[in-house]
Amino acid sequence: MTANEPPPYTADAVTEHVCSIIETAAPRWWWLAICVTGSMTALCFLCLLYLVSTGVGVWGNNNATGWAWDVTNFVFWIGIGHAGTLISAVLFLSRQRWRTPIHRAAEAMTLFAVICAAIYPALHLGRAWMVWFMPPIPNSNAIWPNFRSPLQWDMFAIGTYFTVSFLFWYTGLIPDLATVRDRCRGKIRKVIYGFLALGWRGGNRQWRHFAAAYLLLAGLSTPLVLSVHSVVSCDFAVTVVPGWHTTLFPPYFVAGAIFGGFAMVLTILIPVRALYPPLQGLVSTFHVDKMCKVLLLTGSLIGYCYAIELFTVWYGGNPWEQSAFRERIFGPYGWAFASMVFCNVLVPQLFWFQAARSHLLWVWVIVQFPNVGMWLERFVIVTGTLTRGFLPSSWGRFDPTWVDICTFAGTFGLFAFLFLLFVRWLPMICMFEVKADAADAQTEATL
Amino acid sequence: MRTHAIAAELPDAGALLRAARIIRAAGVRHWDVYSPYPIAGMDEAMGLTASPLGRLAFFGGLAGFLGATSLQFATTAFLYPLDAGGMPNGIQSLPVLFPIIFESTILAAALITVFGMFLLSRLPRLHHPLFDWHRFRGVSNDKFFLVLETGDPNYSEQALRELLASCGGAQISPVYEDE
Repeated sequence: MTANEPPPYTADAVTEHVCSIIETAAPRWWWLAICVTGSMTALCFLCLLYLVSTGVGVWGNNNATGWAWDVTNFVFWIGIGHAGTLISAVLFLSRQRWRTPIHRAAEAMTLFAVICAAIYPALHLGRAWMVWFMPPIPNSNAIWPNFRSPLQWDMFAIGTYFTVSFLFWYTGLIPDLATVRDRCRGKIRKVIYGFLALGWRGGNRQWRHFAAAYLLLAGLSTPLVLSVHSVVSCDFAVTVVPGWHTTLFPPYFVAGAIFGGFAMVLTILIPVRALYPPLQGLVSTFHVDKMCKVLLLTGSLIGYCYAIELFTVWYGGNPWEQSAFRERIFGPYGWAFASMVFCNVLVPQLFWFQAARSHLLWVWVIVQFPNVGMWLERFVIVTGTLTRGFLPSSWGRFDPTWVDICTFAGTFGLFAFLFLLFVRWLPMICMFEVKADAADAQTEATL
Repeated sequence: MRTHAIAAELPDAGALLRAARIIRAAGVRHWDVYSPYPIAGMDEAMGLTASPLGRLAFFGGLAGFLGATSLQFATTAFLYPLDAGGMPNGIQSLPVLFPIIFESTILAAALITVFGMFLLSRLPRLHHPLFDWHRFRGVSNDKFFLVLETGDPNYSEQALRELLASCGGAQISPVYEDE
């Protein structure tokens, strides 16, 4: 037995429920949350200011560990974004109707997660003001970037990912922005939403191009989302460092990204849904149940990747690889490895039980384990490996400084801050698709 | 005030679909149906061909592919050969150039798709005579409209009104041009 799909709303009720969030005054919890997350965002930017004005040395990175929390957090945040694209593109192409009420919010999370992620590589350069050397701009020194460098690949992959995700998100928003525009009363609001809606009228001569564009963007985003984390994994895989130099990395990273992203979507959506009662009929236990199943699937895939990684190390017989993995499991960061396996592989197995999937509080508690576990996975891969390289003389350890910790905490604030603004000002649920689905369901029922 | 079009409201998507078939058979020159969501089968009912966006996106992708390929080859092989990690600079380094070729292909195709969609659906166009018709704002909520533009030599305004009434249109009213 599984949770049932909620009964469809009438088109007018959908508009009313979704737009009421934007049109009524912000609730008190929203002001409280925006103050807290706004302060955290300020903390993040103060830390970055300190970093730029003083130097990268304010982070705990050291001689053996040139990549530490910066790269860990970069990969962590980029991964979070992948669930949004998966929900919006892959589930759209495979005609999974349950994605409809959740994809807009998940896509917004993609954009905000990529913003949080992009902070790290740009500032890890050390001289952030030289970042303009990366795009291939003709310059008077006749210097061109090294296109064979994974850092360069990252810039193109992340840049493309952000741009395409933004275009996909905005394109989908246009008809809903028109709905908001047609309902608003204030002059200023009317002008702003009017501009954003671009004068959308909803004629079929517009809809047919819109539908074609939406389908094409979904088709383009699908290989894109698979490529982004593959490219990120190549930052590691193209090096010669034992424990990183493996062809398993691209699929392993993509599965992990989707897993971590879904955990974050649930982490955010469950409280938002509880705080906004009008949404509860649109986003129900039915949708949570589906997402829990995706977590179960991807969590098990990750378990398989961990297992095959260890098997390959044993079967490959490379002593350097074997030593790297011995250190990873039994070395100073062994606690992180064990916690990672517990959080990512074992805990999601609870979702085999329907009881665990249908109780929202339980779901929320369970998904915190993947959130932590996926961060630990990147920490183990980055720091655990670098502190145990080829030369025992350069073995060391890494400890984060207060700047590391505050910056990372601050990016959570930034992510939540942007999401709160999104919830307040833009339609959180794709209204026109919910209406179209309801109409489809009605047609099916009458046939 | 000059009349821009005659508009009518229809009760639901099915009625709009049936009405579109009638209007198409009648051969009215400029007309459109307006709905809160895309209606399946409406393109065939209106006699519209498939959107050319797919072809546009292909050429966009091709441009991105060729652009990224030539940019990378021109710079790594000729303009600024760089000895990095002992990697070759010529055609042999093709595999490491793939990631950027791929990303650029997707980026260019997506940009062409979105801006092509804007161009084909005449966006942005912030004002339109229909926005002055007081019933029209319901289209983005739950209303369905059929709008026949005037100026067709075969149909007078009166004929358009009769046509709309014959396919079940209610609230038939004129939409005026801007002054």
